[in-house]
Amino acid sequence: MGEFKVHRVRFFNYVPSGIRCVAYNNQSNRLAVSRTDGTVEIYNLSANYFQEKFFPGHESRATEALCWAEGQRLFSAGLNGEIMEYDLQALNIKYAMDAFGGPIWSMAASPSGSQLLVGCEDGSVKLFQITPDKIQFERNFDRQKSRILSLSWHPSGTHIAAGSIDYISVFDVKSGSAVHKMIVDRQYMGVSKRKCIVWGVAFLSDGTIISVDSAGKVQFWDSATGTLVKSHLIANADVQSIAVADQEDSFVVGTAEGTVFHFQLVPVTSNSSEKQWVRTKPFQHHTHDVRTVAHSPTALISGGTDTHLVFRPLMEKVEVKNYDAALRKITFPHRCLISCSKKRQLLLFQFAHHLELWRLGSTVATGKNGDTLPLSKNADHLLHLKTKGPENIICSCISPCGSWIAYSTVSRFFLYRLNYEHDNISLKRVSKMPAFLRSALQILFSEDSTKLFVASNQGALHIVQLSGGSFKHLHAFQPQSGTVEAMCLLAVSPDGNWLAASGTSAGVHVYNVKQLKLHCTVPAYNFPVTAMAIAPNTNNLVIAHSDQQVFEYSIPDKQYTDWSRTVQKQGFHHLWLQRDTPITHISFHPKRPMHILLHDAYMFCIIDKSLPLLFMDLLDERTLVAVERPLDDIIAQLPPPIKKKKFGT
Amino acid sequence: MVEEENIRVVRCGGSELNFRRAVFSADSKYIFCVSGDFVKVYSTVTEECVHILHGHRNLVTGIQLNPNNHLQLYSCSLDGTIKLWDYIDGILIKTFIVGCKLHALFTLAQAEDSVFVIVNKEKPDIFQLVSVKLPKSSSQEVEAKELSFVLDYINQSPKCIAFGNEGVYVAAVREFYLSVYFFKKKTTSRFTLSSSRNKKHAKNNFTCVACHPTEDCIASGHMDGKIRLWRNFYDDKKYTYTCLHWHHDMVMDLAFSVTGTSLLSGGRESVLVEWRDATEKNKEFLPRLGATIEHISVSPAGDLFCTSHSDNKIIIIHRNLEASAVIQGLVKDRSIFTGLMIDPRTKALVLNGKPGHLQFYSLQSDKQLYNLDIIQQEYINDYGLIQIELTKAAFGCFGNWLATVEQRQEKETELELQMKLWMYNKKTQGFILNTKINMPHEDCITALCFCNAEKSEQPTLVTASKDGYFKVWILTDDSDIYKKAVGWTCDFVGSYHKYQATNCCFSEDGSLLAVSFEEIVTIWDSVTWELKCTFCQRAGKIRHLCFGRLTCSKYLLGATENGILCCWNLLSCALEWNAKLNVRVMEPDPNSENIAAISQSSVGSDLFVFKPSEPRPLYIQKGISREKVQWGVFVPRDVPESFTSEAYQWLNRSQFYFLTKSQSLLTFSTKSPEEKLTPTSKQLLAEESLPTTPFYFILGKHRQQQDEKLNETLENELVQLPLTENIPAISELLHTPAHVLPSAAFLCSMFVNSLLLSKETKSAKEIPEDVDMEEEKESEDSDEENDFTEKVQDTSNTGLGEDIIHQLSKSEEKELRKFRKIDYSWIAAL
Repeated sequence: MGEFKVHRVRFFNYVPSGIRCVAYNNQSNRLAVSRTDGTVEIYNLSANYFQEKFFPGHESRATEALCWAEGQRLFSAGLNGEIMEYDLQALNIKYAMDAFGGPIWSMAASPSGSQLLVGCEDGSVKLFQITPDKIQFERNFDRQKSRILSLSWHPSGTHIAAGSIDYISVFDVKSGSAVHKMIVDRQYMGVSKRKCIVWGVAFLSDGTIISVDSAGKVQFWDSATGTLVKSHLIANADVQSIAVADQEDSFVVGTAEGTVFHFQLVPVTSNSSEKQWVRTKPFQHHTHDVRTVAHSPTALISGGTDTHLVFRPLMEKVEVKNYDAALRKITFPHRCLISCSKKRQLLLFQFAHHLELWRLGSTVATGKNGDTLPLSKNADHLLHLKTKGPENIICSCISPCGSWIAYSTVSRFFLYRLNYEHDNISLKRVSKMPAFLRSALQILFSEDSTKLFVASNQGALHIVQLSGGSFKHLHAFQPQSGTVEAMCLLAVSPDGNWLAASGTSAGVHVYNVKQLKLHCTVPAYNFPVTAMAIAPNTNNLVIAHSDQQVFEYSIPDKQYTDWSRTVQKQGFHHLWLQRDTPITHISFHPKRPMHILLHDAYMFCIIDKSLPLLFMDLLDERTLVAVERPLDDIIAQLPPPIKKKKFGT
Repeated sequence: MVEEENIRVVRCGGSELNFRRAVFSADSKYIFCVSGDFVKVYSTVTEECVHILHGHRNLVTGIQLNPNNHLQLYSCSLDGTIKLWDYIDGILIKTFIVGCKLHALFTLAQAEDSVFVIVNKEKPDIFQLVSVKLPKSSSQEVEAKELSFVLDYINQSPKCIAFGNEGVYVAAVREFYLSVYFFKKKTTSRFTLSSSRNKKHAKNNFTCVACHPTEDCIASGHMDGKIRLWRNFYDDKKYTYTCLHWHHDMVMDLAFSVTGTSLLSGGRESVLVEWRDATEKNKEFLPRLGATIEHISVSPAGDLFCTSHSDNKIIIIHRNLEASAVIQGLVKDRSIFTGLMIDPRTKALVLNGKPGHLQFYSLQSDKQLYNLDIIQQEYINDYGLIQIELTKAAFGCFGNWLATVEQRQEKETELELQMKLWMYNKKTQGFILNTKINMPHEDCITALCFCNAEKSEQPTLVTASKDGYFKVWILTDDSDIYKKAVGWTCDFVGSYHKYQATNCCFSEDGSLLAVSFEEIVTIWDSVTWELKCTFCQRAGKIRHLCFGRLTCSKYLLGATENGILCCWNLLSCALEWNAKLNVRVMEPDPNSENIAAISQSSVGSDLFVFKPSEPRPLYIQKGISREKVQWGVFVPRDVPESFTSEAYQWLNRSQFYFLTKSQSLLTFSTKSPEEKLTPTSKQLLAEESLPTTPFYFILGKHRQQQDEKLNETLENELVQLPLTENIPAISELLHTPAHVLPSAAFLCSMFVNSLLLSKETKSAKEIPEDVDMEEEKESEDSDEENDFTEKVQDTSNTGLGEDIIHQLSKSEEKELRKFRKIDYSWIAAL
């Protein structure tokens, strides 16, 4: 008989949505990623590629373009014709503004960052001025015949290149008139396709325009004369994206075959100054279309329909051979989508638009360590809870007793009461939720299921008393000194006395729930918190950061524990520090307070290394539940990739 | 009369043409390739061998054009010399003696007075690239000892070294790394690929390298079929490479086109791939080249490529990827099952060639005549695949019939066996499949022989098999209402106590058939197919069996596996003599009684030539080869030699060729290598030294005619039908390689003129008319003469004899008149 009985749960049919666009911000070293369901995620590349923030998606907002402007401001545009700006502090949408040009296909911020250009379905290119709190329409450029699929500014800001169907236009920004129109060859390996879509353009400072198109070509144009300089046929299918390095010595393109090609500007001979673009390395990290690419100073970033976000470091740019020099593939969100009711052995799965409640199977058999036990009772799908409206679910939680389910979207907060009568379940919605609870970023029930903690995006923490079928708002901890930083993580002590809350950047606040006041603040650390939990009995707060550091902070003593200090002194093992997926959950062994159980997407101590692990928790002292999501299952649910013959010629 | 020297074992052609990259001349007219100890110069248009450059005393390992004079060629050899040749005239200009074994040669236009060679100085497997300064000196032989070291620990093969960008750097690959040495900076950059420890990169080894002619780009070929294009390699960190992947197996060679716009690659797939603009999508193929591409080279003029193949062939390919010429040597890359045979018609050597083919190889001209596809199935080149093997072949009835046996054995019990009989078709000048017999025997066929007796009215074939039977196959009428045809059927099946039949052999007159069943030899009457007698020596299984010939036809010889050679007398049915000799090869000479036997000992192979009638050998040569000799054959000479010495008499009528285990074809010769120079090449030498202008043809012909005329004496015979050989224009036409001839339109009039009977030599056509005319004249003349003779008659009263005398005098006068005419014309010609 082993130490734990492990439930290996594989019925969580979670499929992340495909990546539509990425935008890299050089100043803050952050990456904005938008997915096909409208979700926008912000990754902090300095903080071990941690997904810091996310904006929940919306069914009608298909993002087609994403860009950073004026330093840290993030804009997106989509097929609903709106330009949106995101509030990165409060984690909500600042405003949405219709461009009045039909669906927007492309957007580009000027090199100075003060202007925004969008390309619309009706063939218009619209220039917007970015004001400190809004954007303002400035003027239209010469209208083209077909939709503008790609846009690029000349680094000096005087000209722009716009890719359309079958041609590329060059505009003079001052006059707004088209200077050149360059027709793209429709021929594809000798076969004339119906249309050639210019999926991407890049304007280099020497006047070269690089275009990628649906015929599989990467072409170099001279913008001064409007002529084709060189053409590389690289794929049998569309080349869908292009990104150029800031130094303009390399660029990257992504194809519909899942291949990413790197092009470099290399000298023709060692003793001449003449340089040429050559295709160097192909990378095949994707199985499906690479819809978008980005070029950071040290890495090539690509994302596509197969939902992976891939960071491919450039070896020649990496100075130290640390974990930054390794390939990174991010598939799963860095937050918990699963909550568990320990008492009733229930699992609540959160999907974009629905929740699923499952009862774990049980077994009566016993076996040796490592045995697979036969199930005497199969897992039950108890509940399928669909949301109303087009918005995605932000967060959800089931109470430890299993009788409450809470979830939140951007506009509403839902609380349900579950009644169990043998095998039947009845669900009753608790009505009249107060408006300030909406758009909650994190929901947590206390261990005895009597209190509900809600972190709202306004920075406030709400405590709600639950009793019977009703609720009562107890208290709201308001954020300090007017900062509107949203709290994303909550942890409550098993005895229900302490509540820890962490924001995206500042330190962890610990509140006394009994006295309803701020107890203390854990000193801020450079890296964001990825998971935290309060240990039973000792009330030690264990905090995991994105750089894989783990701290233990004694709440009663208001200081780090001795163990934490010695660990910090000695440092963690380098193999531990080299792990690239953040710790997403922490739990404790009830009988052995010295043990901390940590897991990230691929590892739980040493139990399982091969399968992506989405969730793991202890049900009781002898039982462990692990939710796995094999990548093959995700790929099986995606649309089929472009068929390629293995030895195709 | 040939001067008699010692008999030496010499290589006789068939040497590898694919040992190194072939080199084109600057004008792409000639292609050079190393071939054993020689360098061969071929015409790229006619595929004809123009010159053989003799002079090296060991294997030639590298050739390069002299970058400063494109009419000269450097060659290096394991004998430690670098030689400079004038390849147009085939003259050795200079010899530079380096002193150590040279493994490859490179020249650079920038390094004017030095060349680069690969040497191994200390340990046997450590090779160095060194530059050799070639001193300027007028003497024929110069010592070149000034070596300067460039790169150490390199691969022996010249494919792994390439000079780039006008000699700024040299790239060398070995195992998992690429080193680039920059001559100016004197620095080496080294780039290593992840090695075999990683399973994914298990076959990352470098196999070959090539440099872009104008850009700084190095192409490297790899074991797993990838081609990497390296750029930016001045910087250890910023270097970058891109991959081209089409080959599924190792890339054997790479070459850039002259302008560098395309890259050529080849490998086991036998497909030449042209990568245009070094992009993966833009590639062209030249498939079905027949065998693994070993080397690729590009002509300096850029109009031709050539590929050397593992089946000893060079294909010359046009820039537009069209094969234009094939230079085919003896195919050697497979094991020989059929042994050596002589095609009675062409006198060509016949043996296994390409997979599933029989090759007909001309020993005289050292080139393949043609390939006969026996198996007629697509050959799939894959490791571990059990192929159909052509195991036996035999010619019969003076080359009219060819029998072949092919087999494939996947498992012990699953034998696929097929016998094919091919008939020679005079119209197509080739063999046509006549009969196909599936499973002629239950087990492998061990021997196959035709009855080659002259008197035999019906072609007969005997096969012996491990299944214990021998079968007699005869040609019968296979006609039906649609066509007249002949086919082969089984006539008789014989066996002896269920022993395996191992050998069979017909006597010279075809009356007796000897079949050996393991240790026992049985003699059968070939008319009634009854067993006449048996011989058993209890000396092991019979390995070879043959009848004596001519005066010795009463003897039967058998060689056993226990190393006993027995000779039985068929008249007395008793053992005549036996000798202890471990015979590996036993071949009778078809033109004499002699039998050659090659015995194998631990030291090497020895040759014994003997007559069956006496146990004492005629000739013994020990140590003819260190290796095992696999096959041998007597090849009848076209022109018999006349050795007087008793020891050499066996070489008078036939020449003995043998094939060793490493597949080198060797023979015995008494001539020195210089004498072996073929007359045609000498003739070409002389002819080519004259410019082939129209004047040459006119004047040259006249000179020859004059020479002939001067030799002519007045008392030469009557009007003679000129033999074609004697007409210089025709002989010129026939002996001059086509590529040096002027246009056919020009030659036509010359040719026709030469056939016409000119004033001095009359052709057969003109003679009748001429004669008629002369007769008319003569009749006129004769009137006078008659008068004259009548006068004579009148004056001399000689009675009976008059008529005869008159006639005689008439004919004499005719002759005289003719000679007068000839004389006259000869003067006119002067």
